[in-house]
Amino acid sequence: MLGTYFTFPELLIWIPFITGLIAIFIKNNKSVKMFALLSSIATLAVSVISLCYSDVAHHHEFFYYNNVSYVWMPYIGSSFSVGLDGMGFLLTFLTAFSYPLIFAATYKTDHKNPNAFFALMLLTQAGIMGVFVATDALLFYFFWELALIPIYFLCSKWGGEKRIFATFKFFVYTFLGSLLMLVGIIYVYVHTPSVSADSAHSFSLNAFYNAILSPHQQDWLFWLFFIAFAVKIPIFPFHTWQPDVYEQSNYPSVMVLSGLMVKMGAFGVIRWILPIFPLAVAKFDNLVMVFCIIGLLYASCIALYQNDLKRFVAWSSIAHLGLMSAAIFAANNLSLQGVMLEMLNHGINILALWIIVDIIEKKTGVRKISELSGLAAKSPALAIFLVIIAFANIALPLSNSFISEFLMLNGLFQFNIWFAVFGTLGIVVSAVYMLSMVQKTFYGKTNGLVEKAQKMSAGQGIVLFVLVIAILFLGIYPEPVIHLTQSTVTDILGRIPLK
Amino acid sequence: MNAIILTALWGVVMMFGGVFFKKRTTPKYWAIAGIVLVLVANILEFFGHPFFNVDTKGMLKFDSFGLHFNTIAFICTLLFFLLNGRDFEKIGHHVSEYFSLMFFVLCGLSILSSFNTLLLLFLGIEILSIPLYILSGSEKRNLKGNEASLKYFLMGSFSTGILLMGIALIYGGNSLGSFYIDAINLGTGNLPVLIAAGLVLILVGMSFKVSAAPFHFWAPDVYDGAPAVVTSFMMTIVKVAAFVAFFRLFQSSFGAMQYQWQTLIVVITAATLLIGNITAVFQRSVKRMLAYSSIAHAGFFMFTLFALNDTAKEGLLLYAAAYCLATIGIFAVVIKMADYSIEGFNGLGKRQPLLALTSVIFLLSLTGIPLTAGFTAKFYVLMAAVKDGHQLWLVVLAVICAAIGAVYYFRVIQAIYFKEPVPGVNDEIHVSSSFKFLLAVTAALIILLGFLPGLLIDWIYY
Repeated sequence: MLGTYFTFPELLIWIPFITGLIAIFIKNNKSVKMFALLSSIATLAVSVISLCYSDVAHHHEFFYYNNVSYVWMPYIGSSFSVGLDGMGFLLTFLTAFSYPLIFAATYKTDHKNPNAFFALMLLTQAGIMGVFVATDALLFYFFWELALIPIYFLCSKWGGEKRIFATFKFFVYTFLGSLLMLVGIIYVYVHTPSVSADSAHSFSLNAFYNAILSPHQQDWLFWLFFIAFAVKIPIFPFHTWQPDVYEQSNYPSVMVLSGLMVKMGAFGVIRWILPIFPLAVAKFDNLVMVFCIIGLLYASCIALYQNDLKRFVAWSSIAHLGLMSAAIFAANNLSLQGVMLEMLNHGINILALWIIVDIIEKKTGVRKISELSGLAAKSPALAIFLVIIAFANIALPLSNSFISEFLMLNGLFQFNIWFAVFGTLGIVVSAVYMLSMVQKTFYGKTNGLVEKAQKMSAGQGIVLFVLVIAILFLGIYPEPVIHLTQSTVTDILGRIPLK
Repeated sequence: MNAIILTALWGVVMMFGGVFFKKRTTPKYWAIAGIVLVLVANILEFFGHPFFNVDTKGMLKFDSFGLHFNTIAFICTLLFFLLNGRDFEKIGHHVSEYFSLMFFVLCGLSILSSFNTLLLLFLGIEILSIPLYILSGSEKRNLKGNEASLKYFLMGSFSTGILLMGIALIYGGNSLGSFYIDAINLGTGNLPVLIAAGLVLILVGMSFKVSAAPFHFWAPDVYDGAPAVVTSFMMTIVKVAAFVAFFRLFQSSFGAMQYQWQTLIVVITAATLLIGNITAVFQRSVKRMLAYSSIAHAGFFMFTLFALNDTAKEGLLLYAAAYCLATIGIFAVVIKMADYSIEGFNGLGKRQPLLALTSVIFLLSLTGIPLTAGFTAKFYVLMAAVKDGHQLWLVVLAVICAAIGAVYYFRVIQAIYFKEPVPGVNDEIHVSSSFKFLLAVTAALIILLGFLPGLLIDWIYY
């Protein structure tokens, strides 16, 4: 039995971590690609098996497969404790699911120094997994930073001309944010009750939930944590790093950044802000939501006028995340449930969009919307995929986003009708920019550039097919996800007494 | 006591050895043998086997904290000798004498980690400083080196004067008329005028020694002008020893009335952090950048004086180890280069993969990225400050400065991995495989302390 020797969260961290270290020594391009793909499939397998043991509420014995704690730094009350709850299952699955698809979709792309590239990709995965499973604040911070370092090297080493500066800006933003969070973590830690004889305080999640903090302390601690997460998500006005990084980086890194690392921010808010600083959340939620909605509308308007496909996807992503962040702070059952679904859906949709942009750029050598025209005539299969994915981004019924955005807007409506109104407006704008992009690039006259385009590879076709199936499946039957995350939502809401 | 006597003896041995050593490489091996001997003797004393029983009338107190610090300092010195021993041969002809002077510095260091009276504090500071005045000017033909030496000497003697004045005032001001640092402890009462004046003077004198702002002006010029090997030693082991003395004195003498003078420390800390970090951003030479970064790190060291609690004690040792290892490591690489500019590092990742990787680990540690000793050290000193509970804005300022620190450290990382090599600049870097191995060991130690700081801290409570 897998779970008796190694618990699932451990495996989810160690498989990518160790294979990542091994990958450094595989110099051969083809072998290291295959090795990374196999490693990510192994992680996916563990994640899928872990889902079979996710029903802790009904089968208490499963608890031991999903939680583990080792002595780490007893003298300051920190332990290597990892565990999976509903949200953890969902996001580790998303991470494990995305990686094989990323590797498969970009299998034909050759990178300089492939061993370093894939090693860093896998180490990033280990860091992201660690963030989602850590149940100790210090460990969480460790993984939070460890995910950042490899992605920094990835985006700086492989990418466009201005990549070094763009990535560095991203790094300094996030690093400053995380350091502020570190101060917050230490401060909360000093106010936690003791859970063991070794130390007066504890870094464990439960100790943090039971920390005694006055309303005034919560007020400023809230901002220390919030900035770290807001930079990562990113919430307006902390988003300025994002379009540049997305434009300059290589595709696999961008897929990881936008599909997975963004979720680290949302996850952080739900796991570490809402339950620990409920009073501050109740005080500042309107302010934060105003910023989220401004970001949503602002990013949507900019997306309307983007000519570069990468920047276009970047801004549309900021817009969607604005709605998601607003829904997090609405903090009611519907909105949080919508957020859970949206975290999965956004991951799938944006991954699919990036793959299509990647294919277009590979085929034609350009990614300017103005230079592309009539791709559909040349490649009808791609057109069909893109239209479905575009519909999913607009949140059309039957697509996955419809349910999540419906839930989120419903939650916003309960909170304050005006946020829901402006949120819906954002979706309308998203329909405009998405459809106009599809129209400009895929329909119309085929021009010379597009004429030369080749067919997409079988791997890319399969990946897109899988993603489209996932989009439709979640659009029709989201119940498993809702069932999986309901316990987390109930738990979080139970810790916010004012709601 | 072992360390004090043996370092002094070995200094003399090295000094006279200079007459007999035929080959220029011999002193290095004698120095390494000496430091290993001192290290072993110190560890034996730590476990309760002192070789010498000298009655010091309580003027020296060998506690686990001081002895443990000695061990850390000697291990760092050993690594430093192993990595850069050969580079002393480039400075001049008197290789044996350079090592001899460094053993005298270590003697001063051992006194500073165990002094119990203000007199020995003063002696320790002087024994530590005087050899450095010589060492920093040891490159006789180098004008910048001469300038550095003279500047260091003038400023150093001036600050020693201030320190001595402070000691005199404290001696006259306390009712017992005592030099013993425990006897000065006045409890929580109000500071009498004489003691307050003495305290401020000592604070200024010590701040000078640790290059804390606004008494840091000598540091960049001296660190930049002195030969790079000497700079590496001065910036790490010497500075850290001064901090240990600073901490020892203030904790035992003035700890109880901490909140009456804490504001002074707050001002010094804030100024040091800001000046060190912001100025470092504008440096083009890695050596000078590291000089400013050492001022910036002094700001983080100051947090231990700000907090003065047990966590601060742990943090001080951890920070000392983390800072010394990383700085010695990165300096070892810098010394091997002909060109100290940041462009000199361009493309190091292609030319020397192992040097590049270890340099990046050292720089990440100096930045304070998790999984390196630099992070745990920063974490401990910040935790000490938060536990103190006063002036939390200072902690926030510190992390903002740490983020500024990322700007200049990462500039070097960018040069190493993401920039193409400049032809003609540092084309040939000759390093032996044992050098590479030792760099890897240093980097491994940094990573080890990055997730198991207990390996180091637990010994304080042995």
